[in-house]
Amino acid sequence: MNLSLPDLLPAYAEIFLLIMACVVLVVDLFLDDSRRYITYALSLATLAGCAFFTAGISGTPSPTYTFNSMFVSDVMANVLKMLTYIAVATGMVYSRSYMVERGLLRGEYFSLSLFATLGMMVMISANNFLTLYIGLELLSLCLYAMVALSRDSAQATEAAMKYFVLGALASGLLLYGMSMIYGATGSLEMTTISRTLETANPNHTVLVFGLVFIVAGLAFKLGVVPFHMWIPDVYQGAPSAITLFIATAPKLAAFAMAMRLLVNGLIPLAIDWQQMLVLLAVLSMALGNLAAIAQTNIKRMLAYSTIAHMGFMLLGLASGVVDGNWLSAADAYSAAMFYSIVYVITSLAGFGSVLLLSRAGFEAENIDDYRGLNQRSPWFAFILMLTMFSLAGLPPTVGFYAKLSVLQAAVSAGQVWLAVVAVLFSLIGAFYYLRIIKLMYFDDPVDTAAIAPSIDMSVLLSVNGLALLLLGIMPQQLMQLCFVAIKSL
Amino acid sequence: MPAQAPWLSLAIWIPVIAGLIVLASGSDRNAREARVIALIGAIAGLLVTIPLFADFDTSTSAMQFVINRPWIERFNINYHLGVDGISMLFILLNSFVTVLVVIAGWDVIKTRVAQYMAAFLIMSGLMNGVFAALDAMLFYVFFEATLIPMYIVIGVWGGPNRVYAAVKFFLYTLLGSLLMLVAFLYLYNKSGGSFSILDYHNLPLTMTAQTLLFIAFLLAFAVKVPMWPVHTWLPDAHVEAPTGGSAVLAAIMLKLGAYGFIRFSLPILPDASHALSGFMITLSLIAVVYIGLVALAQSDMKKLIAYSSISHMGFVTLGFFIFNAYGMEGALVQMISHGFVSAAMFLCVGVMYDRMHSRQISDYGGVVNTMPKFAAFLMLFAMANCGLPATSGFVGEFMVIMGAMKFNFWIAFLAATTLIFGAAYTLWMYKRVIFGGIANSHVAELKDINAREFLILALLAIAVLGMGLYPLPFTEIMHASVNELLKHVAVSKL
Repeated sequence: MNLSLPDLLPAYAEIFLLIMACVVLVVDLFLDDSRRYITYALSLATLAGCAFFTAGISGTPSPTYTFNSMFVSDVMANVLKMLTYIAVATGMVYSRSYMVERGLLRGEYFSLSLFATLGMMVMISANNFLTLYIGLELLSLCLYAMVALSRDSAQATEAAMKYFVLGALASGLLLYGMSMIYGATGSLEMTTISRTLETANPNHTVLVFGLVFIVAGLAFKLGVVPFHMWIPDVYQGAPSAITLFIATAPKLAAFAMAMRLLVNGLIPLAIDWQQMLVLLAVLSMALGNLAAIAQTNIKRMLAYSTIAHMGFMLLGLASGVVDGNWLSAADAYSAAMFYSIVYVITSLAGFGSVLLLSRAGFEAENIDDYRGLNQRSPWFAFILMLTMFSLAGLPPTVGFYAKLSVLQAAVSAGQVWLAVVAVLFSLIGAFYYLRIIKLMYFDDPVDTAAIAPSIDMSVLLSVNGLALLLLGIMPQQLMQLCFVAIKSL
Repeated sequence: MPAQAPWLSLAIWIPVIAGLIVLASGSDRNAREARVIALIGAIAGLLVTIPLFADFDTSTSAMQFVINRPWIERFNINYHLGVDGISMLFILLNSFVTVLVVIAGWDVIKTRVAQYMAAFLIMSGLMNGVFAALDAMLFYVFFEATLIPMYIVIGVWGGPNRVYAAVKFFLYTLLGSLLMLVAFLYLYNKSGGSFSILDYHNLPLTMTAQTLLFIAFLLAFAVKVPMWPVHTWLPDAHVEAPTGGSAVLAAIMLKLGAYGFIRFSLPILPDASHALSGFMITLSLIAVVYIGLVALAQSDMKKLIAYSSISHMGFVTLGFFIFNAYGMEGALVQMISHGFVSAAMFLCVGVMYDRMHSRQISDYGGVVNTMPKFAAFLMLFAMANCGLPATSGFVGEFMVIMGAMKFNFWIAFLAATTLIFGAAYTLWMYKRVIFGGIANSHVAELKDINAREFLILALLAIAVLGMGLYPLPFTEIMHASVNELLKHVAVSKL
């Protein structure tokens, strides 16, 4: 028996993160609250180290497989991982003072965040159903615990419980779907499955049966209608800093999961899953945008907005293969990838603003708390305005180009009617984003407490907000990066 | 062509950058600095448009001052600017009106001065971008981006019902433009991956495709013009907007819609334009006649002028869809003239509003006794609004009616009723506000216009009279481009 060590180079970042997450866990035991900044710095340094390792291997253009092809490192994985580090690190900076004020800045937060990040990285690099599933479970379990981090809050505990029950159900669905596909093709490895589907002719009924379960599980993780029920409750119930975490980086991982499962693994079944995605997309855009109008809690409003945005992103995934022809597939998938990235950057700024306005004993959760922000802090009102316009998809913010590329994918796939439906729902969506801007600019403040963010947070939030504008003026590089990443699959 | 300074880029970005500088100047403690920087920015923005006029070659219909650089290569979107005889005048008009608006808001705006001035400057730059863009996506970006400052202007400095008006304005316009976005994407795919507007001019399209695209464009532009029956946002927006906002809205922003018809609908979709011309003419005539009657019934001065704007814009769309040179040039002249006249009318109402804080006609009466200089100016603008010969209003209306006469007598007849209705509502308002005995103690205390207001109104009066007495330079500029456009529209794409 030949026991050779697998090539570890593509997985250096993951291995490093795993070690460091354990180190953080242990080191934190010896620290009291006054020296918690060491854990904080160590966590940020860990993410920087991961970025270093990922950057080190990002030169190779073709995919590298390791661990018996269970793990893949390609351009898409590297790009998404880099953005995940950025999102997680930014989220930590935004969350610090919020967590301190609530007594939640304990070691658990950091180690759970890091383990969740590891889960996301494994998902992003998975080339095997089992790897994917392990990554997903690692992420999910960390998230359940993080939602419940505020132990004494009944709302948070309830949210965590809901999240856990529904999440476990979805994982079950996904696993069941995977077993069906395994039954039909005899393999758990994405690339092999794809090859088998093309050459051999497995039982179509079993495949589609499995596919339905896989898509359902995926839809749950993305949070699209009709598998969206957990999103509003969890977003509202979790502490805002945790909501920020859930709403940002895991969306990148969920996108990667969709790409790995549907495109790497099941692309020969595109005709079947595209129809499902179209249905999910239209329902999500409809329900997300309509329900968001009725919300008075900004976290809940952003939760419905997420549902609508993920629906919009699915439009891109659903427009890749036209009549069995995948010439323009890379365009469509890179549009979806661009959309996910833009959504993550934008919602970082959005939830960052929620954290900015919250202070000890006060959660800036009601949209009325944003009244007259322009008079309290013109600069941060401007940043939040850019965020809202980006979510609404208005030029010159980057949100517009995200919408543009997905719509272009839909139109070039000949689905003009779908594009029309999408723009009509985004018109409805514009209403509730505009309402936030209305409150900030047109109304007088009810809350006059001074806004005094820490320096690191204000700098980072400013950079984040301005990035929405700058990427809107210069979207070419990021778009091209997504295209290259998808091409390399 | 010798190397030129990038005048078009400067016309767009000088106001935008000046606006950002003003915005950065901060709070109301530095209000004076904000005003001065804004004025310098606006004047600089106007100065860089002079070479556009001076070096303009009137003998060609080709695009001039062209700049073409790749912007988003991923979608083949270019930073492609250029002007022809149709668009150049609007850039001038826009830059001119911006200077006036900055001066008009000088003392009147007391809260958040920097943000106010910045909004107008940025809006001015963006609107220049709309007129100069030759890339459909660039056009769209500018077209949509103008909504943001206008939304803020109406919502922050507007009247009591400003929130309703601002949201209505925004959503109405967004509805139209989002469908236009889908139309652009369709054309992009049809043309094999190009967003160049000039490429679309020669793109063959089936009748069904043309009709659907026409409807998408129609929604975008009709809302902006605005045409009956999607005009209802305009009176609300005008009434609630601050004076400067109303002036820019009427003078420039409405022209974006009309401009869209000539830049997109007519040359790209000639067959659909011909097939649907009856429909367009009907809508235009309803605007001219019905909205003219509605204007007669208004008791709020701003609302009256708003309805009068819709009626005048009906003339513009009528001129486009009768497909002859008189109609088309008349419509363009009417657009420019309406830019001056409506800005002047709104600024005049602003002058009165600043003193009395009322727009109701019934609150006034006998203003001539206390404000004689103002009454004289308003007289001139009122005359121009009803199209009296020797004012700019006459030239455009007369040309459109002539064009319509060639097309069909009855259309011309109905259009000509505007001369009666227009005179009726404008002069009746003038009589009730200006003439008669002094109506109440507030009117008795009115002070006549100060030097700043005199300057604004005098500049506009010169423009109105100049264009009325000697319109040749204006028509000469647009002649070649209009003929080319008409030739293009006459050729079927089927």
